[in-house]
Formats: sequence, C-alpha cells, structure tokens
Amino acid sequence: MTASPGSEYLAVLVYIAVALAIGILAVVVGAALGPKKPGRAKLMPYESGNDPAGEVKRFPVHFYAVAMLFIIFDVEVAFLWPYAVSAGSLGIAGFVGLLIFTVLLFVGFVYEWWKGVMRWR
Amino acid sequence: MTDPLWMVGIKAFLVVFGLLTAFAYMTLIERRLLARFQVRWGPNRVGPMGLLQPLADAIKSILKEDIVPTKADKVVFVLAPVIAITFALVGFGLIPFGPKGAFFGFDPWVINLDVGILYLFAVSEMAVYGIFLAGWASNSKYSLLGSLRSSAALISYELALGMSLLAPVMLVGSLNLQDIVEWQDKHVWLILPMFPAFVLFTIASMAEAARTPFDLPEAEQELVGGYSTEYASIKWALFQMAEYVHLITASALIPTIYLGGWKMPGFIPDIPYLWMFLKIALFLFFFIWIRATWFRLRYDQLMRFGWGRLFPAALVWFLVVAFYVALNGGKA
Repeated sequence: MTASPGSEYLAVLVYIAVALAIGILAVVVGAALGPKKPGRAKLMPYESGNDPAGEVKRFPVHFYAVAMLFIIFDVEVAFLWPYAVSAGSLGIAGFVGLLIFTVLLFVGFVYEWWKGVMRWR
Repeated sequence: MTDPLWMVGIKAFLVVFGLLTAFAYMTLIERRLLARFQVRWGPNRVGPMGLLQPLADAIKSILKEDIVPTKADKVVFVLAPVIAITFALVGFGLIPFGPKGAFFGFDPWVINLDVGILYLFAVSEMAVYGIFLAGWASNSKYSLLGSLRSSAALISYELALGMSLLAPVMLVGSLNLQDIVEWQDKHVWLILPMFPAFVLFTIASMAEAARTPFDLPEAEQELVGGYSTEYASIKWALFQMAEYVHLITASALIPTIYLGGWKMPGFIPDIPYLWMFLKIALFLFFFIWIRATWFRLRYDQLMRFGWGRLFPAALVWFLVVAFYVALNGGKA
C-alpha cells in the first residue's frame, strides 16, 4: 500500500478550488452576457401556458422511505469497506463475523421488501 | 514524493478544461453516432464534419438570456449548477493514465489518495445535492418531482455501485487506484475473476450517469425536463455538462478497475495515455450504443431493479469473494 502524505490532501483542496472557480466563472459569464429583458410571463414557472396552480407542498412518502433505506444500507457498506481492505488478514473468523453482520442486515432488507416499500403505487 | 502544489493546480486546470472539451465533443460524437445507428447523418453543417457544432452550441448557450424565475429561491437556484459541475469535475483527477513521471516528469494524475475509491463515492454523492437543490430552488412542480425522482434513483444505484466494488477491493486489498492497476498488471485483469461485479458495476454506473435505460430525469415526455426544467442559458448547460462528465468518469473508472487501466497484458507495450484513452472511448461508444438501441425503464421498474436485483446480487457476490479470500488468507 502506498503511503499518502498530507500534501496529497492539499492537492485535493487545490483541485476542488480550481473546479469551483471554473463553475463560478461559467455562471458569472453566463449571467453577464446575453439579453436582459425579463417579463412577467417569462419569469413564470413552466405550466404549459397556464398560470401556475399553487405550490408543491407534499410529495409521496416513498421518497422518504428510499432515503432512509439508503442511509441504513450505506452505513452497512461503510462498515464493509474496512473488512474489504483487510479481508486477507482476518481469516475465517473475520468472515464469520462478516456473515453474521450481513445476514442481520439482509433480514432487515427482506422484511422491507416483503412489506413492499419498493412497491410504487 | 508528490508534485508541487503549483503543478497540481496546472494539472487540475488541464483536467478540468480537458473534461469540458471532451464533454463538448462527446455531445457531437454522440449525435453523430446516434445518427449513424439510425442510418442518417448527424450534424455536419457547422464546420468540416460538424466539428464546430459544439463551439456554436456553447456560444449560443452563453449568449442566451439568463432567466431566474420569480418564484425561485435566488441564491440556491444559482448555486445548484455550480455544485453539480464542481463535484462532477473533481472525481476524474484520481484516474491514473501512466506510471509515475509520465507527464513531462510529473505524475499523470492530479491526486493520488489511499482512499481513492471512497473519495470517488463521496464526490458522486455530492452530485445528488446539486440535482436536489436545483429541483427544490426552482419552486415548480415539475422540477421538484423530477429532482426527487432523480435523486432517489441516484442514491439507490449508488448503493449497488458501492456493493459491487467491494469484491475487487477485497482481492486487491487497497482502495488506491494505482494499486489496483498494479495488481492487475501482476496478476490478471479483474474482469476475468470479477465478471459479475463488472457487470453490476457497469449497470449501476449507467444509472449513476442517468443514461438509457435509466435516463428518467430527462424523460421529456413525462416530466418536461426533470430538475432542470426552469433553467436556461449556461446554467442549464452546466447540468448537461455535469451529466456527461459523470459518464466520462464512469467510462474511465470501469477500465481502471476491471480492464487493467493504462496497462496491457503480455507482449503488448504499455503506452501511457493511449490505451486508457482507447478504453475510455470503447466504453463511451458502448454507452451510446445502448442509448440508441434500448428502451427506457418505467420509474417503479427502475427502483425495483436497483433494490431488488442489483443490490442483493452485489451483496451475494461480495460474500462469495469474501469466503474465497478468507480461505486463501489474502494470497488471492
């Protein structure tokens, strides 16, 4: 495994700064150039020519459910990364521990699937 | 030894500009190829073989009126495309294009992290913010619903993406992309032992880049334009750009992890850059081909496929490989 000195992380900051600068520059140039003739109709939200009928207040609960499941299983994956990197040295005992952990979470997954969280109606 | 920071800055600049040019020509190549698939010519009027078409498109979109709808949340509305493009651009610099010092004495990558793959995941999760904030800030039904659908699909496939990468990481024992390329050079291209993971990863990254058959965010017939409905001018272009940069990054990541990166096996000489560019082109062609020939999934099918098939399949494959590695004590 190659060792990453701290300067690599400074490089990440430089990289992000460059990308951010390009993004901001693009938006500034885009805003500066071009005609500027705003009008009431032009600035209305898109509604196929109709006046917009109210704001969006609620959306299906499915999206919350998906987000919550994602958090749970992403935490699972976050626990699996360290195992994946050191799998060789952990041996069979490590594998049994891994198996118990994943089976527990998989039971949760099967329950969720059986309850029909993913059944979009 | 790492490169000095000024060199990192220059390389970051080059990569960002390279990606933006690649995006522009990618749109042209995609249109031309789609046209060839459908037995017609693509754009061939602006410049020889249509080569100036991306330039004309860019000038047009910069000179267009930049609209911020009255009902939109002004700050977030402007910020969202910047977030989208920034976090699309910062993933690519990890990809190694050659050995140390292959870039005029400097390294042919911008950053080289021990936790490279985790960094890539963090960055691609940030892309969801750009999409969701865009839909929310627009304050329009279509945008909000489009962004919700896009971000739900993205995070669902993100999960399968992470799961499918665990298996090759376990074999290599490192999250560093250079180490993964070296391992493949020493042993075998990971596509051979890890073929199921390769297939799962490719499918999931197609969904991540919102490509057909998973391109619901831009299902024009369903939700107008998805999260970018209210955007005009360069801000809209930035979202398109981010999407294509994600696609290019995915097309670079798949060969890096599964097809030996910039190295070739056996007697074929390892030429830095060349093999990598060819492999990227191969996958880009493949993705365009899929787009030309496949239908789009319905949204509920998309979610069921991601959670019910891709994710369990990746989990099972991970356990199989984990068992194998545990038995062999990491000797692979």
